[in-house]
Amino acid sequence: MGVLQLVAKRLGLGAVTLLVVSIIIFGAVELLPGDLAQQILGQAATPETVKAMREELGLDRPAPVRYVEWLGGALQGDFGTSLANKRSVAEQLGPRFTNTLFLAALAAAFSVPISIVLGVLAALYRESVFDRIANVATLTSISSPEFFLGYILILFLSVQNPIFPSISSVSADMPFDERVYVTLLPAITLTLVVIAHMMRMTRAAIIALLASPYIEMARLKGEPRWKVIAVHALPNALAPIINVVALNLAYLITGVVLVEIVFVYPGVGQLLVDSVTKRDFPVVQACCLVFAATYILLNLTADVGAILSNPRLRHPK
Amino acid sequence: MSTFAIVFYTLMIAASCLAAYYHRREAFMVLFSLTLISFLMGLLGGEVWLRYIAVAIGLLYACGGLAYSFREFLVQTLPRDIAKVMRNAPLTASFGLFVIVVYIVAAIFAPVIAPFGEAEVVGSSYAPPDDTMILGGDQLGRDMFSRIIYGARNTVGIALLTTALAFLVGSLVGLMAATLGGWVDQVCGRVVDTLMAIPSLVFALLLLTIVGTNVVNLILVIALLYSPVVFRLARAVAGNIVVMDYIEAARLRGEKTWYLIISEILPNATAPLVAEFGLRFCFVFLAISALSFLGLGIQPPTADWGSMVRENATLISFGEITPLIPAAAIALLTVAVNFVVDWMLHLSSGLKE
Amino acid sequence: MNTITRHSTTRRRFLQTGAAGAAALTLPMRFAHGAKKGGVMRMGKAHGQTVDSLDPGTHENGFTVAFTFGYNGYLTEIAQDGSLAGQLAERWEASADAATWIFQLRKGATFHDGRDITAEDVVASFNHHRREDSTSAAKPIVAPITDIKADGKHTVIFTLEAGNADFPFVPTDYHLPIMPSKDGKPDWQSGIGAGAYRIRNFDPGVRADLDRYADHWDSGRGHFDAIQMITIVDPAARTNAVITGEVDAIDRVDLKTVHLLKRRKGLTVHSVAGNQHYTFPMRTNIAPFDDNNVRMALKYAINREELVEKILQGFGVAGNDHPIGPGQRFFAKDLEQRTYDPDKAKHYLKQAGLDSLSVDLSVADAAFAGAVDAGVLFGESAKAAGIELNIVREPNDGYWSNVWNKKPFCACYWGGRVVEDQMFSTAYASGAAWNDTAWEHEKFNKLLVEARTELDEAKRREMYTEMQQILRDEGGALIPMFASYVFAASDKLAVPAQMSSDAALDGERWMERWSFA
Repeated sequence: MGVLQLVAKRLGLGAVTLLVVSIIIFGAVELLPGDLAQQILGQAATPETVKAMREELGLDRPAPVRYVEWLGGALQGDFGTSLANKRSVAEQLGPRFTNTLFLAALAAAFSVPISIVLGVLAALYRESVFDRIANVATLTSISSPEFFLGYILILFLSVQNPIFPSISSVSADMPFDERVYVTLLPAITLTLVVIAHMMRMTRAAIIALLASPYIEMARLKGEPRWKVIAVHALPNALAPIINVVALNLAYLITGVVLVEIVFVYPGVGQLLVDSVTKRDFPVVQACCLVFAATYILLNLTADVGAILSNPRLRHPK
Repeated sequence: MSTFAIVFYTLMIAASCLAAYYHRREAFMVLFSLTLISFLMGLLGGEVWLRYIAVAIGLLYACGGLAYSFREFLVQTLPRDIAKVMRNAPLTASFGLFVIVVYIVAAIFAPVIAPFGEAEVVGSSYAPPDDTMILGGDQLGRDMFSRIIYGARNTVGIALLTTALAFLVGSLVGLMAATLGGWVDQVCGRVVDTLMAIPSLVFALLLLTIVGTNVVNLILVIALLYSPVVFRLARAVAGNIVVMDYIEAARLRGEKTWYLIISEILPNATAPLVAEFGLRFCFVFLAISALSFLGLGIQPPTADWGSMVRENATLISFGEITPLIPAAAIALLTVAVNFVVDWMLHLSSGLKE
Repeated sequence: MNTITRHSTTRRRFLQTGAAGAAALTLPMRFAHGAKKGGVMRMGKAHGQTVDSLDPGTHENGFTVAFTFGYNGYLTEIAQDGSLAGQLAERWEASADAATWIFQLRKGATFHDGRDITAEDVVASFNHHRREDSTSAAKPIVAPITDIKADGKHTVIFTLEAGNADFPFVPTDYHLPIMPSKDGKPDWQSGIGAGAYRIRNFDPGVRADLDRYADHWDSGRGHFDAIQMITIVDPAARTNAVITGEVDAIDRVDLKTVHLLKRRKGLTVHSVAGNQHYTFPMRTNIAPFDDNNVRMALKYAINREELVEKILQGFGVAGNDHPIGPGQRFFAKDLEQRTYDPDKAKHYLKQAGLDSLSVDLSVADAAFAGAVDAGVLFGESAKAAGIELNIVREPNDGYWSNVWNKKPFCACYWGGRVVEDQMFSTAYASGAAWNDTAWEHEKFNKLLVEARTELDEAKRREMYTEMQQILRDEGGALIPMFASYVFAASDKLAVPAQMSSDAALDGERWMERWSFA
């Protein structure tokens, strides 16, 4: 099967997955106790106003009807308007998603090269002091809750030494360099969060190959250790590395709610949590689908990358 | 230059020289790189930083000594064949084992060790450490030390149960899918893809709000969310195994699927699963603490480390260390578990270097 | 730190002068006219959600309240000393039975688009909340208005279903701004108001930017050139922001660390005693809470002083199981303060025919900050009285719709009301939608109606005192504490010495009342 066929097949499957996800999310939001009318009115809800608001929002109609209506709109690219504030979902989601992508890209720009280099070095000097220290340091950093890492960074780099701002209020009209500057602290936090996983996987993938005959061969030829690893082992270990990188990129985009809260960063995560809290179904649905699509696309990219990196995978038995 | 700095550098350089003289390559590398680092730090940060480094080195040595003694202790007390393996275990692994043993003891004997109950209000809020409360009080005046001890029981217990459940479900289904193949494999694969496509924190938020937050639901929901990851791994590993000749032979012998999974495939898929277990275990910790950040974690007054970090998090802005204690407890356990996992992986890979 | 106690409401005074149309009320509230103009004020607010909208009927949190007070004008407002002051209404007078009220609008006040504010706008704005299909949270507040009509360009006549001497306090509610009308419908979508600031940008859940409205009718309000109000929900992030100077002030200071925050140079922690109180309502129609002995046992089993010390860190006072704050005019001073007494609690349990009691208490921090901890402390103190409290931590999410007013025993927050009658009729009157204790008491209800139209102050005081006593000794609400509003501001700001106590941050009117030093 060629790469193109694979991509086409996976995209088709991805579309089906998205449909199923949208049904699950719709069901889950329906099952949540309370509805938007009650949530918006909060403590001030009276049966009368709740009823009026339900009618105004159309929440009094049966659930399947609302789902089908939403689906009809979504298929034509119209994700509807937020039930709570009547603004178009696309208009709300757009800038937020740009912010989220920006933060993820910045964090990836740090974490991917650093973790791969660290992983290769750790494999090269495995069982040495360097390996151990890198291991302990990265394990410690991922085992600390991410909001905690964020607070620590703020303490050192913002409160005690005022180098970076403690809150990252980015706006659309900000120049690029200023944007990078205010986003740096959350990006470093995320880097610390994802680096260990990628580094350990890189190291493991390379070490797993070291017993292979062709590595033995290269070594017997008398090639230096770094060359054995960088030239012979690394290219063949790319598939699992790309996979774990994709997984972590997906995390950087979809899983950063807490970092957004700690740094007051206007990303999709907070929009999603807010909308879940308020049962604002169209917004929840749109956010989840964007996240799901991101995940599916990244996975697909990883698989294509793995195939391209390894000619043998192009012609499976 | 102060006396402290002079004594510090003299000791460091002397120790490096000794290590070099006795051809202890690794020890020399550690010592001398630390010396170099402390030169740099001394120049940059002055004596204060030097003291930090001195404390760090002291701690490192204490841990190393502890690990060394603990390994000897195990070698002496354990049955001979296990002792033989232990003798060659790296110090990191024995340190990890030691930490795990300490945590298990703390978890099991929490009521005996902790001077107070986990919800018992002893003194005023944020009481400073004294003879009754060795780590001081928390925001309600409960004994911090007792809560850390009880936290071991709750946090580790719940995380362990959750991870175990996720692995049980994930790997069994994964192995089954790989062994049976066909439509079972396809269906499982699609279901898992769908589950994984939904951001897990939000999914947990939705599910926990629907079913209500209690410990059982928490365990079930997080296990459900983590089992797809395990499934994928188990499926991938088993996928490579089922095409092996010995599996084919077993099939031809007419063995049942169940037998194939348990006796033929599982033993050969253990290593990667164990490696994953180490990391997943700490991710579950983090997931629980993330949920308590959003107000859906473990119920009070139950002490768990994630919530304890969360409750005291604002203190960090003022440089207070109270929230660091439970966070360090989580970090230490994760590091320890992964040290042991690394060692087991090394043993099973048979890579000798 | 300044502790400012609220001054008694001078309701009677305005009623008298108001009825005579006295000149004293033709002037708006006086602000420090010497205040420095200019600067960009940056505020970090603990509230604000992506679902916030400009519809005043949906406003509910600290962000939207401050925002609406910034860009909108109101008929009346509560001044910093707790008295009533005119804003867009210059004068008002009542009929003898206080059931018809005539408001005279200020001439020359304009909306941000330059249009004059007319009686039609007022009618449309009130009808936004009154109409049959209204979704406004203020619907119960305006429900007693049976008719509202414009009489000429600058006169509005309200007709009430029954006399209410406190009616001019109603338009101070943040839900009731005056919006420009179009064909009898208020236009809230455009964000055009009559406040001292106009909206430049509103990104719900993230931030709001406002500029001073140069043509505002009162040059004594609004000293900043611009306002940046940022939502910072996380307490640690909010603390960091004010410490690092990212914002000039924050509300809802985290009480756990307030002692550390106070030590920071360049910052002042302000605390204003308010009417906001935290309660544990028991539904008096559900067993075992239908037995007053059980309620009394629980009221004696809570350690109020400990809660004030540990949950409020001393920023508040112990409550006495009725919702009237110590600073309010008809506060029953001579009512004995209830204290923690496990023996009495046991005694009441015995009276109820019980040896021990086990009940569920539903809590979540959504009820009030520290509610979960308060529940834990309550549980510990109740143990000594043989009462087993099972603390059920409910999700924050959906707390007000699924737990409060539904579960038999839970934690709750009340912002308090300036007027005693409003507090009682909102939460304790028979049949009121927010009667969260399902409280039905004949004597109480009779007193409530009588006191509303009673004009003799001494008699009124007597009635309100009796009502407080009834609630204290029989009521379903366990009210352990009244909390102060605690916020932090940079010393660069000139914060008034006297601040409103009806809401946080100078009654959430900081935008127009504060300035840079």
